[in-house]
Amino acid sequence: MEYVKKGDWVRIHNIVLTPDHRATQVPEDTRKVPLELWTKGFLLDGEAKIGDNVKIETYIGRTVSGKLIEINPNYEHDFGECIPELLYIGRQLRGILEGGENNE
Amino acid sequence: MNRDISYDAVIARKKDIMKQAIGIDYDEFETGGIAFDYERMMRETGYTLQEMQEIQRETGIGNTPILELKNLTNLARQLASKGKGARIFIKDEASNPSGSFKARRAAISVYHAKKLGYKGVIAATSGNYGAGVASQAAMRGLKCIVVQECYDSRGVGQPEIIEKARKCEALGAEVVQLSVGPELFYTFLRLLEDTGYFNASLYTPFGIAGVETLGYEIAMQFREREGRDPDVVVATNAGGGNLTGTARGLIKAGALNTQIVGASVNLKGLHMASDKQFNRKSFTTGHTGFGIPFSTWPDRSDVPRSAGRPLRYLDRYVTVSQGEVFYMTEALAQIEGIERGPAGNTSLAAAFSIAQELDQEQIILVQETEYTGAGKHIQPQLTFARDNGIQIIIGNPEAEIPGENIILPEHPGLIKVKDLDLDKLRKSYINNCVDIMGNKSFSNEDIKFLAEDSKSSIEFVINTLKELGITL
Repeated sequence: MEYVKKGDWVRIHNIVLTPDHRATQVPEDTRKVPLELWTKGFLLDGEAKIGDNVKIETYIGRTVSGKLIEINPNYEHDFGECIPELLYIGRQLRGILEGGENNE
Repeated sequence: MNRDISYDAVIARKKDIMKQAIGIDYDEFETGGIAFDYERMMRETGYTLQEMQEIQRETGIGNTPILELKNLTNLARQLASKGKGARIFIKDEASNPSGSFKARRAAISVYHAKKLGYKGVIAATSGNYGAGVASQAAMRGLKCIVVQECYDSRGVGQPEIIEKARKCEALGAEVVQLSVGPELFYTFLRLLEDTGYFNASLYTPFGIAGVETLGYEIAMQFREREGRDPDVVVATNAGGGNLTGTARGLIKAGALNTQIVGASVNLKGLHMASDKQFNRKSFTTGHTGFGIPFSTWPDRSDVPRSAGRPLRYLDRYVTVSQGEVFYMTEALAQIEGIERGPAGNTSLAAAFSIAQELDQEQIILVQETEYTGAGKHIQPQLTFARDNGIQIIIGNPEAEIPGENIILPEHPGLIKVKDLDLDKLRKSYINNCVDIMGNKSFSNEDIKFLAEDSKSSIEFVINTLKELGITL
């Protein structure tokens, strides 16, 4: 089990509204699940591990409590995978511009 | 202080929280009925165009270049009938400090917040506006919180939104991320109440008027460069602020003959607040899921009276498909050598089609671009679509079904805008005034207001009200 100490950068999670407290105008599938919240900050507690309820200080200095879910959280979004379906577009357009429709 | 923080109690305090967080008493502009004094609200709470230009100049916003897309114009001419194919231009708003035109809107809000002595600003946005506010707050030394709707109940987030979160954090903001649902507003109100920060709403007079400089610049740049105003300006439409501000700026510049066209990505059939459908779309903004509801009921926003009122300014409103916008994003990169984010290219796809209806000597302008990068790019967005069970097909975009497939046009000649019936939207707006505001009697002032607010006529409003069974 990985422990974090005071000052470590972590991500926390909270349930804002349980399904029974969701707004009436929300579609049925959304009403079945809770409204969840995530934010990040520096750990204020002395020591903690994943799953603990902790207090953090966010980057701008707010104090927030929640369940510790990640240590040194990182971004994983990227440029995706190759989408072969896109590959014709550039060649098609250059073909039309260079040769005109009839020579395509 | 022990405040009741239950959902109902916080929502009940909405009006007071907003008054504190915006510093505008909207009641001052109300008439008691449907009508409110829109122009007075814009005048008395906003800044003059010259003041806004100065505020934006201080933080490096505006005077973005206008680029002529000669290869796309040639392409359009090859596809159009003889003599048709207007010159296509693009205003490269991605060159604003935060990478989109949203910096303009943020600039005025953040300046105003600082002037009034607020310590920080909060914005509820999953879009480019977050980075705009974070960037301006960094420059002016204010704290910034951005509240995003980001994940579905599996914890899966749109790559485009996650990238925007990264950018906000990179600019020193705190990002609060939420799962799907309109109750984001509750968290937003609680944050405003707890922090006492300024609500940098997209829909205040500051948020809208900040875009007026864009419209004004368009006219000035074209007059200098081409000796005249553009014939058509196409604006991507979601919450209505982009279109409203641009149109107002053009009017302030005296460009009264420029046609204002709104364009949205067609997401018909997808419910925006549905947990399951949230990740079945490939566009998180600029789509009909915002564009139509905000046109037909602008006051659904996070302020009592929205300053973004697109129906007031729309001459035409068209939709394009997701596949068409992705194709045009690739086209912009491949034959114009300009790589920009897909959402901003919604209006480009529309302009490419509309150019083919216009004469060759006419000018059509796409009034914005946005930055691109990891997550916010055709490849990750299509990868995400594929991972969420959306079929990617090369074919006729006409057959695209949002949430089921994305159809890349097999030939650029298949890119065709679809017109929305503006009169139908106008009627829907008037109907919403009856339904939502519960108005049963309409004064002459209300009728005049509705005619202006829907860019129709007194006669049109009266007939619509009669159709709705209202006795006048």
